[in-house]
Amino acid sequence: MSNIKLTSNLNKEVLVKLIQAFESDNFPNSAHQIPFKMRPKHSDPQYRCCIHKERAAIRERVIAGLGFSVADDDQAKLLTEYAEEALKRTELSSEVLTAIDTACKGCVPVRIHVTDMCQGCVAQSCMISCKFGAIKIKNGRAVISADLCKNCGKCISACSYSAIARLRVPCEEVCPVQAISKNGLGVVEIDFERCISCGACVSGCPFGAIHERSQLVDILKAIKSDIPVVAMVAPALEGQFPESISKLATALIQAGFSHVIEAAEGADLTTAHEAAEYVERMGKGEPFMTTSCCAAYRELVTRLVPELEEYVSETPTPMHYTAEIAKERFPECITVFIGPCVAKRKEGLYDDYVDYVMSIEEMGSLFVARHIELSECEDYKFTVDSSSEAREFAITGGVSRAVSSAALKGTEVDSFCIDGMDKKMIALLKSFAKKGGCNQGNLIEVMACQGGCVGGSSILNPPKSATKKIKDYAAKGQTISKIPEDIHA
Amino acid sequence: MKKVDVEICFGTTCFVMGGSHLQELENRIGKDLKDIVNIIPQNCMGLCKDEKYNQAPYVRVNGQIVDAATIEKVIDKIKREIDE
Repeated sequence: MSNIKLTSNLNKEVLVKLIQAFESDNFPNSAHQIPFKMRPKHSDPQYRCCIHKERAAIRERVIAGLGFSVADDDQAKLLTEYAEEALKRTELSSEVLTAIDTACKGCVPVRIHVTDMCQGCVAQSCMISCKFGAIKIKNGRAVISADLCKNCGKCISACSYSAIARLRVPCEEVCPVQAISKNGLGVVEIDFERCISCGACVSGCPFGAIHERSQLVDILKAIKSDIPVVAMVAPALEGQFPESISKLATALIQAGFSHVIEAAEGADLTTAHEAAEYVERMGKGEPFMTTSCCAAYRELVTRLVPELEEYVSETPTPMHYTAEIAKERFPECITVFIGPCVAKRKEGLYDDYVDYVMSIEEMGSLFVARHIELSECEDYKFTVDSSSEAREFAITGGVSRAVSSAALKGTEVDSFCIDGMDKKMIALLKSFAKKGGCNQGNLIEVMACQGGCVGGSSILNPPKSATKKIKDYAAKGQTISKIPEDIHA
Repeated sequence: MKKVDVEICFGTTCFVMGGSHLQELENRIGKDLKDIVNIIPQNCMGLCKDEKYNQAPYVRVNGQIVDAATIEKVIDKIKREIDE
C-alpha cells in the first residue's frame, strides 16, 4: 500500500496557498481567504456534501498549517487572528499533531454490522454467541443494539454465512500504541500521554484528519530575516524527486535557505559512535543493543516501554550531529531539518541545536508556491560528501549495515531489523527486554515506518521508487572508514 | 494502428501534487494497451504556470490535457482515444 493518498494532495494545496498568502502584502487577510479561494461561491463540492463543509475543513487545515491545535479551536476565531499570532510567536508548542474535527466523520462509533447477507437462519448462532445480549432477531434478521454491543466480534466468527462485518476505524487500527480513539461524539482524539508521534495515523486516515502542526510560518520568517538559515536534508530526501539531492539542495537555496547540509554527514558520526558503543557493550557481555536514530522508537521507549531503556544506544542521532555541525560551520545560524517524519519534529523540540523541522510535503509545497523547477537547477556542492552507508540510513537495514561495516575488525555483528513498528513488533521488543536477551541478533535496528524513513508519513515518492534511487546514490559514494581511533562511545 | 502518445509531466509541481504515482502507469496499463501506448516522460511542460488550467499533475494524451491526473483518469482517456 502506498502512503501517499489524495488527502495529502489536498493538504499540499492548502500549504501552497498558505505560503503564497505569507508572501502577499497582507498575510492575515490572505490566510483568511484561503477556504473561499479554494471553494469559491457556486463551485461544486469535491468530496463532501457542500462547499461550506469543505471550507470548514480547509479552514481547520489552515489552522494546523499555521501551527495551532484544531482541538483548541472554538470555530469563532478568525484565520486572520491565527495568522497574526503565528507571526508573533517565538516559541513552538510541545505537541506536533492535531486532529481536524470537521474532516473526521467517516467512521461510526458502533463497529459491528449485520449485512444484507444475513439469512435469518434457524441456528441463530450470532445471538447465542453474544455474551452481552446485544443481538436480537427481528423480522427474520439479526439486529445489533448499539447500546449493548461491546464490539467484541464473537458474532462475526459465529455466523455461518459471514454475514456480520466489522467496520474498520483506520486510525485506531494503525496506531501501534492505542493513542487515538473516537470520543463520545464520534470525533477523533489523540492521547498525547501515549502518542509516540510515529505518524501512522497521518498516513492511515482516509479523510486526512490527522495533521502535523506546521512550523512553516516560523521557517518562512527566518528565511526572510538576515540570519543565515541552514537546511539539513534527511537521507530519505534523495528518493523524493526524479532529480538528484544536489539539485534539490540548489532548489532549497532558490527557496531562500543560505546553506544545505546532508544529514547523512551527521549519520556518519552516528555510525562511528554507535559502532564503538556496540563493541564496548558486547565486550562487557551485554545481551543486545538497539539503534537509537528512529525518533518514534525513542519516544516509545521513553513513554511506554521504559524497561527497554538500558538496551537503547546512547549515541545521538544523525539530525543532532548534523545540527551541531551546522551551528559550528555557520555561527549564529538557524537550523531546519527536512525529513518525512513526524517524530523528528518532536525530537527537534528537545534538541538545542535544532531550531525547526519541516516535512517533505511542506518543502514540496514551497517549491510549488515559488515555481522552482528541480530539473533546471544546477548541482549543489556539499562541503562534505556523505558515505555510501549513511546514504542508506533511510532504508530498513541501512543503519545496522553501516554499524557493521564501521565496527572493529573481527567483530561479528549479528543484526536483526524491526521493519515497521506495529502492535506485534512492540510486543516482541518488550519480550526481549523481559527476557534480557534476543535470540534473533544482538544489534536490533528499529524502524517505525515500514521500509524505513522512505515510508514516512510526508513522502512524495512511493517507497519502492525512492528506495531504488537511494540505492543508486549510495552505490556512487565512498564506503565509511573503520572507526577512527579517537572516537569512543 | 497509430500509437497513442501519453506524455507524463514529471516537473516539480506535478511530481509534488501527486504525479509521482504516474510512474506506475507503465505497469498498470495492461496487456491490451501496452503495444499501442507510447509513454513519454517529460520535464516541466509549463502547464502549471498557466492559470487557465485547473490542477497539477498534468498528462497529455495525444496532445489533449488531462489535469489532476490519476492513473485511472489517464487510462480512461487512452481508451476513449482508441475508441474514436
